[in-house]
Amino acid sequence: MKISKKWWKGAVIPVTILLLWQCASYTGAADPKLFPAPSSIFGDFYSMLLSGELYYHIRISIVRAALGFLLGGILGLLIGLLVGMYVKVEEFVDPTVQMLRTVPLLAITPLFILWFGFGELSKVLLIAMGAFFPLYLNTFLGVRNVDKKLYDVARVLEFSRFKQITKLMLPGALPNILLGLRLSLSVAWLCLVVAELMGADSGVGFLIQDARSYVRTGAVFVGIFIFAAVGKLADSVVRLLERKWLRWQDNYRG
Amino acid sequence: MSATGKLELLSVNKSFVGTETNHVLADIDLNISPGQFVTIIGPSGCGKSTLLKIVAGLDQDYTGSVLINDLEVSDPSRDKGFIFQEHRLFPWLTVEQNIAADLSLRSSEVRQKVDEMIALVRLNGYEKAYPKQLSGGMSQRVAIARALMRSPQVLFLDEPFGALDAFTRSHMQEALLDIWRTNRTTMLLVTHDLDEAVFLSEKIIVMDARPGRVKRTIVNDLPYPRTRYGSGFQELRSHVLRVLEQPGETDESWTI
Repeated sequence: MKISKKWWKGAVIPVTILLLWQCASYTGAADPKLFPAPSSIFGDFYSMLLSGELYYHIRISIVRAALGFLLGGILGLLIGLLVGMYVKVEEFVDPTVQMLRTVPLLAITPLFILWFGFGELSKVLLIAMGAFFPLYLNTFLGVRNVDKKLYDVARVLEFSRFKQITKLMLPGALPNILLGLRLSLSVAWLCLVVAELMGADSGVGFLIQDARSYVRTGAVFVGIFIFAAVGKLADSVVRLLERKWLRWQDNYRG
Repeated sequence: MSATGKLELLSVNKSFVGTETNHVLADIDLNISPGQFVTIIGPSGCGKSTLLKIVAGLDQDYTGSVLINDLEVSDPSRDKGFIFQEHRLFPWLTVEQNIAADLSLRSSEVRQKVDEMIALVRLNGYEKAYPKQLSGGMSQRVAIARALMRSPQVLFLDEPFGALDAFTRSHMQEALLDIWRTNRTTMLLVTHDLDEAVFLSEKIIVMDARPGRVKRTIVNDLPYPRTRYGSGFQELRSHVLRVLEQPGETDESWTI
């Protein structure tokens, strides 16, 4: 109920900018080579959509991001759970992960190209590496944030190890896990751009790179908007899950 | 109905070894017969909560022995229900899911038992509510239902109503007595509330601090249902208070 009434508030700023931009183009204040009018960008978008060019590149980008995200995200979730559950594992694994985490992804990229070439593998692995850390960190934190007093309850009620994980640890860590999921998704999307700008012959990143070399500024904008739209869409899906799964939370809601 | 347990403590001792040995509990001997309602009362620091954790198996760092139905207590278990001072419900589970906890509500047997428990603690209509939607008293009733669901032989209660307001507290005390009359589960309740001890139990164990030991065991044979205004009640209350205030060997003063 609340969502349907308030959604337009989020649209006020972008719509205002678009209107001002259109006016600036109309009066000639904006150089059409650098800032094509929103209407002409939309025209580019429409023709790219009709030619099937857009669909082709978006599909490839989404498959890459999804594969990388699944690989990195699932590993991050599992290792984060293990490290959170067992101090022994934490002592062995966490220092290494923290060290790797501080290495900038762009510095690793050349190495990945040397090892795995320009093909899909290097791209997917790069995305996986980016997606790994947020989920790892937040899952680990989530498990450690579960109220210790509830573990006493689990002892008194004689929970099996399995029930301890499914009834206590996972639900208790869920707020953090979902936050990690959102961060991982956005990092995966970010890494996708890095991977595709670096060298690719398809994907939305390639589309932008290609359009730039032919000074098709409108197409560059279309690519950017696609990134923004798909990123926002994925984030909204996770937020929907948050609303559904975290109904029990009793926090300040602003 | 549910099985009731006999509880025996034989010279239970517990001490912290720091710069000097600190006797938390010294030679506690207790005997509680099946179905009895017993309260432990004493000044803060007398080790009454520690004693409860020991008999429940939550604290295993002690010497001496604790027997329930002639069996040595080693670990916490479902047949030794424990009610904590805070309700400690799982915030992500609804009332009925909390009561079922690790059991599946899809089993008709569990479903039926959960419904029975909800009726017992009078929470009909709140089955699907989350803990955040409940008041303190209601939450504590869910916790009691969760413990009784496992048909414990003994129910241990660690100042269960301490955080509630006076009205809710007296209401909860009556509810607990109702449950006890129906179930006849052996009850061992720790409190610092004099009225609570006199109102609820058949036997009051008065403890002393430093070292924590049993000062006196007072039999309370006032007939149920009890009222807090009767002369018998007031007489017994003053008697317990006198015992509490009586200087022990170590001359610890009791303050309320």
